[in-house]
Amino acid sequence: MNAASPLSNAAGLTDAPVLIDMKDVSKRFANGTVALRGMSLQIRNGEFVSFLGPSGCGKSTALKMISGLLSFSSGSITVNGHPAGESPHGSDIGYVFQEATLMPWASVFDNVFLPLKLQGLGKGEAKARVEEALSMVGLANFARSYPRELSGGMKMRVSIARAMVTKPKLLLMDEPFAALDEMTRSKLNDEVLGLWRSHGLTVIFVTHSVFESVYLSSRVVVMAARPGRVVHDIALPGADTRTSAYRMTPEYTENCRLVSNALEGTMDHVDLNH
Amino acid sequence: MSISTIDPAVAEGEIVDPRILLEQRERRLRVIMPIVSILAVLGLWEFLVRYNEVPHYLIPAPSLIAKTLVQDWSSLMQSAAFTVKLTLLSLSLAIVGGVLLGMLFALSRTVEMCLFPFAVILQVTPIIAIAPLILIYVSNTFFALLICAWIVAFFPILSNTAIGLRSADHNLRDMFRLYQATPWQRLRHLLIPSALPYFMAALKIAGGLSLIGAVVAEFVAGTAGQNTGLASRILESSFRNEIPRMFAALFLVSVLGVGIFLVTSWLSNLVLGHWHESEIKRET
Repeated sequence: MNAASPLSNAAGLTDAPVLIDMKDVSKRFANGTVALRGMSLQIRNGEFVSFLGPSGCGKSTALKMISGLLSFSSGSITVNGHPAGESPHGSDIGYVFQEATLMPWASVFDNVFLPLKLQGLGKGEAKARVEEALSMVGLANFARSYPRELSGGMKMRVSIARAMVTKPKLLLMDEPFAALDEMTRSKLNDEVLGLWRSHGLTVIFVTHSVFESVYLSSRVVVMAARPGRVVHDIALPGADTRTSAYRMTPEYTENCRLVSNALEGTMDHVDLNH
Repeated sequence: MSISTIDPAVAEGEIVDPRILLEQRERRLRVIMPIVSILAVLGLWEFLVRYNEVPHYLIPAPSLIAKTLVQDWSSLMQSAAFTVKLTLLSLSLAIVGGVLLGMLFALSRTVEMCLFPFAVILQVTPIIAIAPLILIYVSNTFFALLICAWIVAFFPILSNTAIGLRSADHNLRDMFRLYQATPWQRLRHLLIPSALPYFMAALKIAGGLSLIGAVVAEFVAGTAGQNTGLASRILESSFRNEIPRMFAALFLVSVLGVGIFLVTSWLSNLVLGHWHESEIKRET
């Protein structure tokens, strides 16, 4: 079976409602660079989708456009029926940046509290929710610490807690663990999987690691650069029941090979689909 | 023959962490050393003046300066109060003006491009050169002195506030946009905290500059009489050849400067101490 056939609509959850609908989205920067060309993609509720590709393939650009942080040149994006960035509640989306992006002047508690504060909640009302989010990532005892006192992995955990504190439906993660060591990284991978399962989230995870994408996702969207575009859409069923033992199975190895091949294809052919 | 260098008896006997002791010692030294060295220099000064029998109208001994300070206490204090008033008022106005204009600059590049040249011209033209003009145009002497001191102290606050407000992390900016923060929330919770380290650095500089501005302006004005500052006392003493009194006034100016420095440093530590790299003490 060749699951890596280009753009096969191979997503596992065909019955769930569509959460994100991208139609023929392109992005051209002012300097003429085409960051993304004709990206069409439907993401359903409850999927864990990885955007995988070399640098410059537009995977972070696509993520920023879905969040509404970046405008696009043509096409359309809707999130939960609303045009991207115009959701009535910005808090429906949690966003985790490449770096932890914490406010150095604020304690861990205040950093996680920020999204609720911006919604107008008082500290008293929000306390329980902030503490819940912190214990979700195992940092309940660090509420009073300052970011500079934490390790890289812990900072990233705070960042995840901040994204989760508004109880979003959609979690967008932009190469969140790229700067972390291997051990921390695989631990955080498991934690993200745990959050995805227990909270019924939809996750879009940008990465350049084949192993990370295969371990985490129910679906890997492989992208190519110059111009940035989608070249493969690979479903990896069974994501919701995987355990860390999955890393040792032949299925995992086979999936890695499959995705690797798809990714290598993007390097060989400059213009695969056009 | 022992291989291990750890002696359990010694380790158990220790009650106080040696690092804490070291830190206490360090803290005491930080106070004691400057005092000791200043006293030593004063002692040497006193000795050299007495030993070489230097006349007091050339270099007065510290003891004579102290005596003059006590004798002329009330008149010197009146002048010091005037200088303090001038300095603090000009510094406050520099903070208000610098911060407001800095905010305007950070909001609009166009405004910045139009007004920045004037700020630079004011800054680079020596205050001594502008002061006589200001004294001609402004009839109220105190007001004229205030303008001079303000011009000197204003620029660092303006330029650092403008840079500081622009220095917020771009990912944090994105995050505030994502959560649909109002402009006021963005200013209050992101831009102002990001600008604080820059502002505090400017405050330390502007504090010293406002004192320099106040003294220089008064020198140029050359005012005499009851309602004047320490600079006038220095001028006056030099005309009358009262060198010990001149030193006493000079001493008070230094004390003022040191006081301003200590207060601004303390403020900076108070505001930034818990998070900013510049104020955090690390073990080495």
